[in-house]
Amino acid sequence: MLPLPLVLGASFAYLLLLFVVAWWADGRAAAGRSVIGNAWVYALSMAVYCTAWTYFGSVGRAASGGVWFLPIYLGPMLAMLLAWMVLRKMIRIARTYRITSIADFVASRYGKSPLLAGLVTLITVVGIVPYIALQLKAIASGYALLTTPLGAPSTAAGAWWQDTTLYVALALAGFTMIFGTRHLDGTERHEGMVAAIAFESVVKLLAFIAVGVFVTWGLFGGPGDLFARALAVPELAALLSLSQEGRPFAYEQWFALTMLSMLSVVFLPRQFQVMVVENVDERHLKRAAWVFPAYLLAINLFVLPIALGGLLYFGGRPVNADTYVLSLPLAAGQPGLALAAFVGGLSAATGMVIVEAIAVSTMVCNDLVMPLLLRLRRYARHGDLTRLLLAIRRTAIVGVMLLGYLYFRLAGEAYALVSIGLISFAAVAQFAPAMLGGMYWKGGTRAGALAGLLAGFAVWVYTLMLPSIAKSGWWRTDFVEQGPFGISLLRPEALLGLVRLDYLTHSLFWSLLANIGLYVSVSLWRRPTAREASQALLFVEVFDRTQAARPVFWRGRAKVADLVALAGRFLGAAHAERLFAQYARERGLPGVGAIVPDAQLVQHVETQLAGAIGSASARVMVASVVEEETLGMDDVLRILDEASQLRAYSHALERATAELRSANERLESLDRLKDDFMSSVTHELRTPLTSIRALAELMRDDAEMPAAQRQQFLDIVVAETERLSRLVNQVLDMAKIESGHAEWHNADVDLVALIRQAAQTMQELMRERGAELVLDLPESVPTLRADPDRLMQVLLNLLSNAAKFVPAGGGRIELRLTASALGATVEVQDNGPGVPAGQRELIFEKFRQGGDEAHRPQGTGLGLPISRQIVEHFGGHMELRPDRGQGACFAFRLPWQTRAAPAPQSAAPQGDNA
Amino acid sequence: MQATLLQQRLVGLFALGLLLLNFPLLALWDREVLLLGLPLFPTALFLVWALLIAALAWLMESAPD
Repeated sequence: MLPLPLVLGASFAYLLLLFVVAWWADGRAAAGRSVIGNAWVYALSMAVYCTAWTYFGSVGRAASGGVWFLPIYLGPMLAMLLAWMVLRKMIRIARTYRITSIADFVASRYGKSPLLAGLVTLITVVGIVPYIALQLKAIASGYALLTTPLGAPSTAAGAWWQDTTLYVALALAGFTMIFGTRHLDGTERHEGMVAAIAFESVVKLLAFIAVGVFVTWGLFGGPGDLFARALAVPELAALLSLSQEGRPFAYEQWFALTMLSMLSVVFLPRQFQVMVVENVDERHLKRAAWVFPAYLLAINLFVLPIALGGLLYFGGRPVNADTYVLSLPLAAGQPGLALAAFVGGLSAATGMVIVEAIAVSTMVCNDLVMPLLLRLRRYARHGDLTRLLLAIRRTAIVGVMLLGYLYFRLAGEAYALVSIGLISFAAVAQFAPAMLGGMYWKGGTRAGALAGLLAGFAVWVYTLMLPSIAKSGWWRTDFVEQGPFGISLLRPEALLGLVRLDYLTHSLFWSLLANIGLYVSVSLWRRPTAREASQALLFVEVFDRTQAARPVFWRGRAKVADLVALAGRFLGAAHAERLFAQYARERGLPGVGAIVPDAQLVQHVETQLAGAIGSASARVMVASVVEEETLGMDDVLRILDEASQLRAYSHALERATAELRSANERLESLDRLKDDFMSSVTHELRTPLTSIRALAELMRDDAEMPAAQRQQFLDIVVAETERLSRLVNQVLDMAKIESGHAEWHNADVDLVALIRQAAQTMQELMRERGAELVLDLPESVPTLRADPDRLMQVLLNLLSNAAKFVPAGGGRIELRLTASALGATVEVQDNGPGVPAGQRELIFEKFRQGGDEAHRPQGTGLGLPISRQIVEHFGGHMELRPDRGQGACFAFRLPWQTRAAPAPQSAAPQGDNA
Repeated sequence: MQATLLQQRLVGLFALGLLLLNFPLLALWDREVLLLGLPLFPTALFLVWALLIAALAWLMESAPD
């Protein structure tokens, strides 16, 4: 045994060290040299997953059930395999919309519902406070073990004011208040706290491994010796295999535990806090995703050796296996190691308590207290609330901590406390359907999430929490054994007569079934409202939208001064001023006065407020200072449409920037191409000009020219002039499209109607040429977002081209329209001579006309290049189909959804370097 | 969002991990055999775990930013 002052001194010295580490890290952060800005610290902070329950409890579990301690750590391994997709999306969403807790995440996704936020907070408090109590209990029993002789009954707990655990709890509350709520910055990031947690993770790992090494090589002759001796004892040998004592291996329980821990490693409030809220850079996830499981493996490596070592060493003596980590070194006469092991356990417990307290207090403040407070007339309208906000946070921290301590004092050795680890896991697993569903499924609604959460929570209370209370002896157990009112179908641990599963798997199955079932079915009951739909879109498509192209679902009128005042109330006047100044700077405005109070600004302010008081309260507060219109589903769709156009433009802009970079290299070839173009243009212009001039001179010089002859010459002059102006128009058109100055008037285009109209227009020409135009159109196709006049231009160009080449008198032109899921395809097939193999590539270039010199038809040679540019502008593609000896077949394809307008095209063929 | 090659590999690895760490593949290791003096079943569990970590580390570290 160790003297009490030494143990007390060591533990408070350790807590002091934590303060120093956190202080140092905060100082470094203020100086701009952050210590937590790397993947290793991030991964270590994730290891807050390993609590005292891991540190002491795993050995206890292994001593009674062999490998059954492992599923709790294999689940996180599996979760981390998907972290790069799922967790990164969660981080991106939380970062973008300033979400600082699970409650806020769920509430924000389902239309910023305060009710949902409150419910999630309630579930968290009920599920997590006992878990905090468990950590305090671990610290208390550690003290008792170190300071009483081995094997002696632990002394009865003294009065509360003599209890060291209370002072540890208060010290932790102090730490959490100092490093968790020092200031309000709206991101809820706490550098000092994260650094301290990472430090604690190192301490607990080293301490545990030290004990493991001591037991394996100090007490025994290495792992071989240890396992050989264990295998010699039949009861211990049974721990090392799957099935024990004739019991078949409970695969379903193994699977359930793996799944449960897989969900918990993401949805426990402390995990969400360190992994999502405190994340500095989402790229850190890349390394942390494998370092964190590696940490878990390392800390579990010696669990079996310590458990078996303890069982062998103590033989039949009544030593609690949960305390082997401490009692083995103590019994072997290594008090120093025992003290180190205790400090390791202390670090595991304190780390959990600190982070959990921050996470829970943020929820309690933002999602429980604030919404109620803001309803009061006194706070709803005026006054600086920053101090009040901090005071609420701090009170919440002390409250959570004292609640945990109270539960520990009341429950003590009770079953309800010992088994709380997995019960807590099962509680937070209830968040999974609403959270994951909300991230990947746009159809989830507020009512669905509410119903699912309520049902899951209710089943959890009935099948897991009430039985655990009954088993603790606080309540009659007959309702567990016989069912309420003797109805055996309602027995909490064998609902509807399902007796094959153990109580945890049973509860998990029913609660998640009820949760997912109601979430999905109630969501499908009715359409999402406009607000739900818009939030769903922002969450599910968070990766698809850049800052600039993100739609803002807000319509109304606001005043900048009102918004500044509002932000000042919750963020502090100085902070609010900086915020607006920065907003102005980012938009290149001279000052705050020049800011236009548009939807963007309102959205910006609301997001900033959400970071401080939660999205639901932020919504209410913003709505109170602006005049806003209620959005209907049509408005949401319209805003979305505008945003997707904006997105198309911003894509185009990105591509243009990328092309600018390579433009330098291409300048020379462009120069040459420009010369080619100019000479082609001048050549094409000169030909009609020459003939006009020649004819005009003839008529001027020959006064006696017969009237009929003169008339014929004048007709030619007019025709040539027309050709000239057509050419000039097309060159201008081409230049406009190429330089991106063309005007596009997009509308919803019905392709079938457009094609019929084009056929109508061409009717006269077709008749003149004696050609037959056959349309092959489906009944109807989806509408297309494009410029109808431009598409008409393309159609007319293809049809008139075809008409030029078909044999006079027996021409046949087929126009086919086919629609697929991706887009529409239009084919124009003629029965002319087709395009010679050598010209197939050239035909889309400027001034290259089909046909040989002799049979060159009328035309400028610009029609096809322009058509192709137009089609490509709408994200489509135009090509000449392979010649099958039946004439030429031109086809173009247009996607339903215009993805991106291509950047100004150069005449040079574009490499596919995407 | 298009599923990149990295994402497809990760999902594949997840499926592999789920299979290896559950019934019935888990039962394959349950024999009374010693591997370097260590009982096979727990050793195999840790080895499978370590292999998953190694594969994940390789995927993550070799992927471009």
